[in-house]
Amino acid sequence: MSKSTFSSERKKTPRENWNFFIAFVRKEFYHIFRDRMSMLILLVMPILMLILFGYALNTEVKNSKIAVYDPSHDEVTRALVEKLQVNNYFVLHKMLKSPDEVDKCFKSGEVAMIIVFSENFYENLLHGGHAQIQLLADGSDPNTASTITTYATNIIAGYQQDLLKMDKIPYQITPEIKLLYNPSMVAAYNFVPGVMGMIILLICAMMTSVSIAREKENGTMEILLVSPMKPLYVILSKAVPYFFLSIVNLFTILVVSVFVMGVPIAGSFFWLIVLSLLYIFVSLALGLLISSVVNTQMAAMLISAMGLMMPVMLLSGMLFPSENMPVFLQLIGDTIPAKWYIEAVKKIMIKGLGVGAILNELAVLTVMAVALISISLRNFKIRLE
Amino acid sequence: MNTKEIMPEGKVIVARNLTKMFGNFTAVDHISFEVDKGEIFGFLGANGAGKTTAMRMLCGLSKQTSGQAWVAGFDITGESESIKKCIGYMSQKFALYEELEVWENIRLYAGIYGVPEKEIAPRTDELLQRLGFENEKNTLVKSLPLGWKQKLAFSVAIFHEPKIVFLDEPTGGVDPATRRQFWELIYQAADRGITVFVTTHYMDEAEYCNRVTIMVDGRIDALDSPKNLKQQYDAKNMDEVFHQLARNAKRAEK
Repeated sequence: MSKSTFSSERKKTPRENWNFFIAFVRKEFYHIFRDRMSMLILLVMPILMLILFGYALNTEVKNSKIAVYDPSHDEVTRALVEKLQVNNYFVLHKMLKSPDEVDKCFKSGEVAMIIVFSENFYENLLHGGHAQIQLLADGSDPNTASTITTYATNIIAGYQQDLLKMDKIPYQITPEIKLLYNPSMVAAYNFVPGVMGMIILLICAMMTSVSIAREKENGTMEILLVSPMKPLYVILSKAVPYFFLSIVNLFTILVVSVFVMGVPIAGSFFWLIVLSLLYIFVSLALGLLISSVVNTQMAAMLISAMGLMMPVMLLSGMLFPSENMPVFLQLIGDTIPAKWYIEAVKKIMIKGLGVGAILNELAVLTVMAVALISISLRNFKIRLE
Repeated sequence: MNTKEIMPEGKVIVARNLTKMFGNFTAVDHISFEVDKGEIFGFLGANGAGKTTAMRMLCGLSKQTSGQAWVAGFDITGESESIKKCIGYMSQKFALYEELEVWENIRLYAGIYGVPEKEIAPRTDELLQRLGFENEKNTLVKSLPLGWKQKLAFSVAIFHEPKIVFLDEPTGGVDPATRRQFWELIYQAADRGITVFVTTHYMDEAEYCNRVTIMVDGRIDALDSPKNLKQQYDAKNMDEVFHQLARNAKRAEK
C-alpha cells in the first residue's frame, strides 16, 4: 500500500493549526464560564481577598468608643474632649461620674479607651506647667490598644501645640509622634501589592494546573495526545484563557484599589502593566510545571496551595517584612517570584518610583520566566509513559 | 528494511516482536500480528494481560522497549505524527467533555482533526440524525445516559473518517443490549472501510470480531477467527476458548 492513498497525510497548513487552536481555546472558555466554582474563584475571589485584606485585617481605628472621667471640668479638659471627638477615630460614649465607674465601664466592654484627667487640670497646667492625663486601653488586643493610644496621644500633643501658640507660655511639650501615612490607609497600602501578587499566582498557576490535571483525570488528555494536535498547542491553549483572565483580574484589582481603597497609582501605569504581564508569564509557567508532575486535580490543587500560596503569604514580605526574617528564610524568599513582583509593585505603585528603580526585579522575573517556561515545555510529556 | 517491504498489500497494521517493559515487568512480550484493511480485529485478554499497553504503543501514546510496528504505512518509531492523522481513538475512560454540549464536542474534535470548517455543520446534523440524537444537539454531555455517551464518543472518534479506529474497552460498564447497539455502529464503520482495532474482556463481543487475538501474560496465545478458534479448542463459545487459554496464566487478575 502506498502512502499516497492517505488523504489526510498532507501537512497541516498554519491556518488549520490556528483553527484548532482557536477551537480549543473556545472550549476552554466554555469550561470556565459553565463551571460556577471556577467563575467564583476567578472573578469574585480577587475582590473578596482585596477587601478582606485591605479592610478587615488592618489595624486601622475608626469610631472607637471612649469614656471620659473628668473631675476638673474646666476649659482645657472640655476643649480636649471636644478635640478628641472631632475626627472620626473616637466617639464619646459616656462621661463617668466617679473613679469607681472606670473599672466597671471597662469590664462591661462598652468602650475601647478611657481618658482620665487629673484634678485641677487647668490650674496645674497654668501654674505648674504640667498636668496629667491617663489613657486606659484594653491590653488584651495589644495592636488596637497601642494604635488608639497613639492616636489619642497625638491629638493631645496637637492641642498642647495650639495652647503654646496662643499663650506663648512654655507648657510641658510632649514629643510629637508623627505618622508616616494617613493612618487609616496604612493597611491598604501594604496589602494591595501583596494581594495582586497572590491573586495572579493563584489564578495562573492553580487554575492552569488544575485544568490540565482535569483533562488527565477525565481521559481527554489521552485523546488529545493521540490526535494530530501538537502538544505545544495543547499547552498554549490551556494557558491562553488564564492569561486573559489574569489580565481581567489585574484590572479589577487596580480599579478596586484605586477607587474603593483609595490607593493611588503613584508611578507609571505602563510599567506597572509591563511588570504584571511578566509576572503573569512566570505564574503560568509555574502552573504548567506543576501540571507536568501531577495527575490529579487534587494534587494540583494541593501543590499550588501548599507549594505556592504558603510561601507567598509567609515569605514574600506580604504579611511580614522580609528584612526581619532570618537570613536563610530571606534566601528562600528570594526564590519566590511573588516577592520580586510585590517589591516592584510597591516601588512603582505606592512610592511612585520610575522604571530605573525596578530594573533589578524586572531582570530577576525575566530570568525566572524564561527558565520556568523552558523547563515546563521540555517536561510536558508527549507520550504518557 | 523499508516500509513497503514490511507492509504487504491490504495490511494496515503490522507488528513485529513488539515488546514493552516497565522496569523488570514485561507487559507486552514480543507480539507479532497483522491486521487486514477493513476488518474488525479483536484484542482479548484478562485485565493486566497487556492489551491496552499494546494498543497504546500502536497509537503513539507509549514507546515500545523493542520490536517494530507499522500503522497505516507509517513506522511507530519515527512517524507517529503521520499516524496520528490517520487514526481515531476511544479510550476505556469515557472521554468527551462533560461540560460541553453534544454539538460543541463534535465541533471541537472535528476541529482538532482538521475537518474543514464548512463540512462540520452538515456532517454533524447528518450524524445526529443517524444516531437519533437530533433533540440532544444542545444537551450537555454530562446529562446523557452512559450508553448514549459511548455511542457519541465512538461517532466522534470516527468523525474525520480515519483509516483505523482504536477502541480500548469501549463498552465497559454497559448492559449487553446496549453493547449490541454499539456494535452495530462498529459494523457500520467497518462497512465504510474503517479498520477497527478493539480490546475487550467481554467474550460475547469476541464473537462479533472478524478475527481475535487472545493475550495471556503479555503474549499472543491464539489468533484466528472466532469460528476457527472454537473448532480448534473444541469449545461451544469464545468464553470456553478463553478459559482454556487463561488457565495457564501466571498473572493474577488485578
